[in-house]
Amino acid sequence: MGSIKRISKELTELTESPPEGITVELADESNVYEWKITMEGPEGSPYHNGKFLVKLSLPTEYPFKPPTVSFATKIYHPNVTNDEKGSMCLGMLRADEWKPSSKIAAVLQFARQLLSEPMPDDAVEGRIAEQYKNDRVRYEEVAREWTRKHAC
Amino acid sequence: MDSDDEFMSDVSSQDDFLGTQGSDDESLGEDFDDLDAGFSDDKDLIKHKKKPYEVEFKVLDPPDIDHEQLGQVNEVCAILGLPPESVAILLRFGRWNKEKLIESYMEHPEETLEEAGLGSNFEGTAKTERVPGFMCDICCEDGDDLETYAMRCGHRYCVDCYRHYLGQKIKEEGEAGRIQCPGDGCNRIVDSKSLDLLVTKELQGRYRELLTRTYVDDKENLKWCPAPNCQYAIDCGVKNRDLRRIVPTVRCFCKHEFCFGCSLSDHQPAPCTLVKMWLQKCEDDSETANWISANTKECTKCNSTIEKNGGCNHMTCRKCKYEFCWMCMGLWSEHGTSWYNCNRYEEKSGADARTAQAKSRSSLERYLHYYNRYANHEQSAKLDKDLYLKTEKKMTSLQSQSGLSWIEVQFLDTASQALQQCRQTLKWTYAFAFYLARNNLTEIFEDNQKDLEMAVESLSEMFEKPVAELAGLKVDILDKTAYCNKRRVILLSDTAENLKNGEWSFNVEW
Repeated sequence: MGSIKRISKELTELTESPPEGITVELADESNVYEWKITMEGPEGSPYHNGKFLVKLSLPTEYPFKPPTVSFATKIYHPNVTNDEKGSMCLGMLRADEWKPSSKIAAVLQFARQLLSEPMPDDAVEGRIAEQYKNDRVRYEEVAREWTRKHAC
Repeated sequence: MDSDDEFMSDVSSQDDFLGTQGSDDESLGEDFDDLDAGFSDDKDLIKHKKKPYEVEFKVLDPPDIDHEQLGQVNEVCAILGLPPESVAILLRFGRWNKEKLIESYMEHPEETLEEAGLGSNFEGTAKTERVPGFMCDICCEDGDDLETYAMRCGHRYCVDCYRHYLGQKIKEEGEAGRIQCPGDGCNRIVDSKSLDLLVTKELQGRYRELLTRTYVDDKENLKWCPAPNCQYAIDCGVKNRDLRRIVPTVRCFCKHEFCFGCSLSDHQPAPCTLVKMWLQKCEDDSETANWISANTKECTKCNSTIEKNGGCNHMTCRKCKYEFCWMCMGLWSEHGTSWYNCNRYEEKSGADARTAQAKSRSSLERYLHYYNRYANHEQSAKLDKDLYLKTEKKMTSLQSQSGLSWIEVQFLDTASQALQQCRQTLKWTYAFAFYLARNNLTEIFEDNQKDLEMAVESLSEMFEKPVAELAGLKVDILDKTAYCNKRRVILLSDTAENLKNGEWSFNVEW
């Protein structure tokens, strides 16, 4: 299976030289398709000092099909669903935008970047997006509060 | 003819779908510059004189469509001097608008190529290669004898990965004209030469099929026949903005008749927008609501909906115990001793409730008048068809006994087809009439409608006679069939002309 070779290579690279604020491990040593990622809230964002558990699942058709990313830690964010799934909608993870040569490292960096700069126009939580646009102070308060409660 | 001129100017002479409409002097004036074209046009007109409700169209089969695409690619190739597979990408990007595309290319060649996903490098031929020291960025396999491929953008992957990627795009995502290079962030479009080099014959066929489909979807003058499993497309010059004035019914090689404007089954004489409104109305729950408001009343105190199903006029609301008179909606206690007999019609307390009630009732009755006739023709057309199928069987068995030849029993087939077609038309005349304002034209329309309807019903009656009598009725049936068809042509011609000239007035905005 070609994809195993590719996945192992990406995993090795990510564990040996991880991107800033991100650590990567397998959820279960015997299964390379489920990853456990710890993401530190970026400095300057209301998620700072929080540690967020992110799950990354690779389909068996990887890298021809995109991975899925979800937050296991509750987070107050326009682009993450406010439910037990914590699903995320990233443009680059849509089947028609994903390219087989796109890398997981880029996905994770993009996800972390999203913590600093939410994209309210592509929101999955319309109410939070609305607040982010119109009442930034209140949004940051709640996001900080949730970070303290769930991610510390 | 002012409005006419404006209307016709949108259409090139080749798309002159209302050809016979133009008065003689008008066509003379137009043809002066180009005598030859004028001559051939005239000959065509004599050969098959078009009715006012008919439009010009052409049926295309898939090879015709491919041929058309190829012709345009070659034409643009000759002008721009680019390879045909690249020109095809350019044309798809420009949605086959040649003039605009060439113009934009002449002005900003590099930007246009970049936007279309082409890049400006046209060197080299499409071939797979073995590159020493290569590692595929997708599967991470390496090896000096690994077969690899890269388009002109230079993003090189092993042939297996490339193939898998293309297969997934074509088979699973149904993508063809917009498949990009597998490289992250690279927007180069995969061209047909690369594709043919990499994928199986079967996938190449599917790819071409998808391209043809988008071609037809992209062109305003082309539409697929909506009949199930039909492979033909129709080429017709009627534009969306013409649909207020024309109902462009076209007939495919598969015999399906449909509207080029909205792809629904033939709905002449009603224009597309009214058809949509009518279908919506028939489907809507609002009609249930209409029934409720016509057949029930609300308790004036608590607003519970009450249907009176018998008994006297002294109503007591079950919910709030309010007592009122069903006839005048007024308070029952005001009736004094006049039990069971409401004589208080003039009282203000009930007047408003009654006005609203009456209005909704009459609007419902009006709708039902048209709807019942519309639905009846739809139903009858089905019954006529069933009847014909049964009769046909009997006629075949009768053929051997009566000595009538197969040709001789064809009059039944003709009659059945006429019945179907006339009922289809009649059905839509009722939807159309529902939206017509009352005036002289509407009265003429209703007369035409009545004539056609009477002819159809009497043909239908003959048609229902026992098989043994049918042979004797042959002449009558033939006559009636011809008469029905004639009445239909008259009705449709009249309606179409008035529609084209904007003569109808409607009771709705559309």
